[in-house]
Amino acid sequence: MRLVFKQKKIIFGLGLIIIMIALAIFAKFICPQDPYQINLGEHEKLQPPSFEHFFGTDDLGRDVFTRIVYGARISISVGFIAVLISLLIGVLLGAVSGYYGGKADWLIMRLVEIMLCIPTIFLILMALAFLGPSIRNVMIIIGLTSWAGLARLVRAEFLTLRERDYVLAAKILGASDARIIFRHILPNALSPVWVNATLGVGGAILIEAALSFLGLGVQIPTPSWGNILTDGIYYVDSAWWLMIFPGLFILTTVLSFNLVGEGLRDVLDPRLRK
Amino acid sequence: MIPMLIGISLVTLIIMHLAPGDPTSIRYGLNPEVSQSARAKLVQLYGLDKPILTQYVMWLKRILTLDFGRSLLDDRPVITKIMERLPATLLLNILSLILIFGIALPIGVTAAVKYDSVFDKVTTIFVFIGFATPTFWFALMLIMLFGFQLGWFPISGMRPWYVEYYSLGGQIKDLVWHLILPLVATSFGGLAGISRYAKSSMLEAIRQDYIRTARSKGLKERRVIYRHALKNAVLPLITILGFILPSLIGGSFIFETIFAWPGMGRLGYEAIMNYDYTTVMGVGIISTLLTLVGILISDIAYAVVDPRIRYK
Amino acid sequence: MIHKKRNKKSLFLFSKLIPLLFAVLILYPQSPVFAQKNLQPSSGDAFVTAEIGDARILIPFLADDSASSGLCGLIFNGLTKLDRDLDIVGDAAERWEVSEDGLVITFYLRKNIKWHDGYPFTSQDIKFTYDLIRDPQNGCPYISSYADIEKMDILDDYTIRFKYKKPYAPALLKLGMGIVPKHILQGQDMRTSDFKRNPIGTGPYKFKKWKTDEYTVLEANEEYFEHAPYIQRHITRIIPNQAIQFLELVAGSVDSMTLTPYQYIYRTSGPRFTKSFNKYSYLSHAYTYIGYNLEDPLFKDRRVRQALSYAIDKKEIIDGVLLGLGEICSGPFLKGTRFYNEEAEGYPYDIEKAKTLLGEAGWSDHDGDGILDKDGIPFKFKLITNQGNKARQDIATIAQRQLSRLGIKVEIQTIAWAAFLNEFIDKKKFQAVILGWTTPQDPDCYSVWHSEAAQEGGLNFISYKNKEVDELIVKGNTTFDVEKREAIYKKIHKIISVDAPYTFLYFPYATPAVSKRFRGIDPAPAGIGYNFIDWHVSPDERKY
Repeated sequence: MRLVFKQKKIIFGLGLIIIMIALAIFAKFICPQDPYQINLGEHEKLQPPSFEHFFGTDDLGRDVFTRIVYGARISISVGFIAVLISLLIGVLLGAVSGYYGGKADWLIMRLVEIMLCIPTIFLILMALAFLGPSIRNVMIIIGLTSWAGLARLVRAEFLTLRERDYVLAAKILGASDARIIFRHILPNALSPVWVNATLGVGGAILIEAALSFLGLGVQIPTPSWGNILTDGIYYVDSAWWLMIFPGLFILTTVLSFNLVGEGLRDVLDPRLRK
Repeated sequence: MIPMLIGISLVTLIIMHLAPGDPTSIRYGLNPEVSQSARAKLVQLYGLDKPILTQYVMWLKRILTLDFGRSLLDDRPVITKIMERLPATLLLNILSLILIFGIALPIGVTAAVKYDSVFDKVTTIFVFIGFATPTFWFALMLIMLFGFQLGWFPISGMRPWYVEYYSLGGQIKDLVWHLILPLVATSFGGLAGISRYAKSSMLEAIRQDYIRTARSKGLKERRVIYRHALKNAVLPLITILGFILPSLIGGSFIFETIFAWPGMGRLGYEAIMNYDYTTVMGVGIISTLLTLVGILISDIAYAVVDPRIRYK
Repeated sequence: MIHKKRNKKSLFLFSKLIPLLFAVLILYPQSPVFAQKNLQPSSGDAFVTAEIGDARILIPFLADDSASSGLCGLIFNGLTKLDRDLDIVGDAAERWEVSEDGLVITFYLRKNIKWHDGYPFTSQDIKFTYDLIRDPQNGCPYISSYADIEKMDILDDYTIRFKYKKPYAPALLKLGMGIVPKHILQGQDMRTSDFKRNPIGTGPYKFKKWKTDEYTVLEANEEYFEHAPYIQRHITRIIPNQAIQFLELVAGSVDSMTLTPYQYIYRTSGPRFTKSFNKYSYLSHAYTYIGYNLEDPLFKDRRVRQALSYAIDKKEIIDGVLLGLGEICSGPFLKGTRFYNEEAEGYPYDIEKAKTLLGEAGWSDHDGDGILDKDGIPFKFKLITNQGNKARQDIATIAQRQLSRLGIKVEIQTIAWAAFLNEFIDKKKFQAVILGWTTPQDPDCYSVWHSEAAQEGGLNFISYKNKEVDELIVKGNTTFDVEKREAIYKKIHKIISVDAPYTFLYFPYATPAVSKRFRGIDPAPAGIGYNFIDWHVSPDERKY
């Protein structure tokens, strides 16, 4: 019974994610309109939702639904790529730290603690202000600043796994360190990583939105959810559709990733089972 | 603690050198005279023309004495600017922490005790939504609804300009009134996080063998849960206290701008956007030190709650 | 006011979407309005306005952000000021004499001026102030406007004589800089002195309180030499988000702010708003433009720049960005003044002409990919502007669209203000830029258009170099005769318009809203803030 409930979480979340990704991939077919198409006519700007424009239009007469659908591309890929980068760094450092121990471990763990101590958003803002905001920089910098938790998790797994018999056996058989790390230990250490990474995608999407709000996100007029939402703030007291719809899309997407992540945790973490 | 401090001082020194091109070439208007003096000031302040080791010693000394030089924007000492704003940030964040733990703990514990009940399901949904909401969006919605449409709370600011004409009681009442919306906004995300931790931590505690033993001995359920399980569940939460601080301070960057709250986050944000280098470094160090203090407090609290644990 | 000052400040002003309203806050005796209404003004109440950013330095000659300049205008007086019609009149000076050759100006001061601490105001203070400004150590951003002063002679406590090295037409306007007290500041380091957060001036308002990032409070100076202002307190609240500012305005906790065009047209027509607010609109003394880096090979050819100016539909931009609240601009002078050349044709939207010009310059779509090319190089460029300015971002988006019709690919980049100046503008590392200049009352435009100003860090960052314009500019700022100057500047206008180093876009309207309880507001070419000391609230409507 409980397992079904858990799977429900995953199925529900995964379903929504697939819909979002489908929107992103097939944006062209779903919305034949151009997300950059400006219509400055008196009756085309800031129109409330209608049959013609499901989510209304913005201050430059652009179709908000189209922009949100195309925005899925930007926002979701920011989420995935940022997490990919933090996975690479976190797993590598965590593995080295946990497998070798000693000085390397000490050094990496201090670095992790420092990263956890400095407010991430502060680092991100500083880096983006210096390097200039762009899709690429936003992805890279979110990735570079969010690996610390992952490294910790991976290290903890490695610490227990490296003492296992099969690892010792591999060592005796003369397998190289790299082989042991990547072929023998890593596959068994990945379950908490998956949970963390899935939750991370949602987190990165939220950070992207916050960066747009602070003026250091993806460049205009590129439609990212954060950009659309930030544009809407100027009209917060009147054009409700400019804030509600992108907000709901962000919420739903992040929610789905979190559902999947939590579902995975429930399934993978035996401690939470009765 | 000490290695952390050294590490952080090193990291910030590196950041100082990573700034685009030459950090000393920064200037603020379209005016060559000012640029010269700003350049000279930075070189002198950080000793950027000296060997790297000397630079580091100078920098460490600055951190330890909290002397970050003068702001490049208005020539006021950075530490004065920070101290002016720190009370507002601390007030909001400490109250928010209290609120988060005060509400999230009971919610999490109850959800764990009544696992799978309606209460559990409702709070789970709340947790998921709390985790997934863009914070500034939520804050704006709060302002729109309760500040603007209903007019129950002030829209922004920490106090009105005529606050000095109030009695002390009136001033406190007014401050509380101004605090409510920012508090709700800042604690919303944390509430979700901590109640989830509390729940899983409590669940784990309930399933420990000795709890089962206690139950099987026929002790009252209430007593079992609140005497034995709760204590063990709270312990890991205390360590989180230290690590929730960076995200709270990070949140100040956003909330203080929305609510026109006169705090350090806004100072840091404006400094970053203006390349006010000395202030950026100052805010960075101070917020990190705050986190260190938070961790220290949680370590002490841990030792107090559980005397068996010795601080190694 | 000060020409160069205005030019530099303009970037700040525009970047924050704040009009010149209070930057040129000037005072004017009894306005005709309440004579008509026959209302006897009495003193009381407070005026609460909102700013995006906090003031930085309350020293007039060091203030280069709009919040600081606005407050300085209320706290300090200069020798001269601009009146409601933007004519130069005496402020601290009662009258002045200019010598035949224009080299010597003698000012006779009012004798009833006192500093806020009770000290008498004398010519010593004036010499002291201009000595500070002219000392490079103090880093005054407007120093170059005073470089031609040879010496100042104090004739007596109330008479001072300025001697110039060469005739300098904008002198009277530039000598309107706020005067600071010698008896307090002598021997102090200007940049670190307490004074900048605790100023003492001679103006209609005394500095009272500064809560950083929250609000500043000014109090009426009952001893003010014109007459005591009626509004008892002037409060500036710092609200960093414009949308929130508007909510505060409607909720009544702020009495005045600058509306966005959208707010002006759509959000302020309902009864909830019109019941409690008046709104005003008048031409800003500022224009917005797209500037092309003339050192970039892409923009070297004049025909290309002209084509771009033809292809960018200024009308559509004004309608789209300002909802019509602006006027098309064709050159760098203030529209409505005698120096603005109404006959300069400008570039009315004409895509065919643009295509022809581009064709003549060798640009056409040879490879059929939809983008113009020449010698195998596609016509692509990056258009930058500063972050946080919605109007400019929208202009960029619309211009990108308009140029794509010609087959020109534009990439937009918005950059935070400090980085924008330091990394891109100063180092001339840009292709095209959207910015704004304020248009000073004096037409002297040396710092923006003279080839000397094209060195790194100069305001002529697009590197516009035209010998004829150089000569005319020098001639213009050494000529005192207004008719002759008119001819000179009209010619400059014409030449620049033909050269098209900028695509001149528009003069926006300033659109402030002010609570209805304030009476005595008298919109004029100078805006509404110039007679602030005459504003008043009738006793039954007072709020604070």
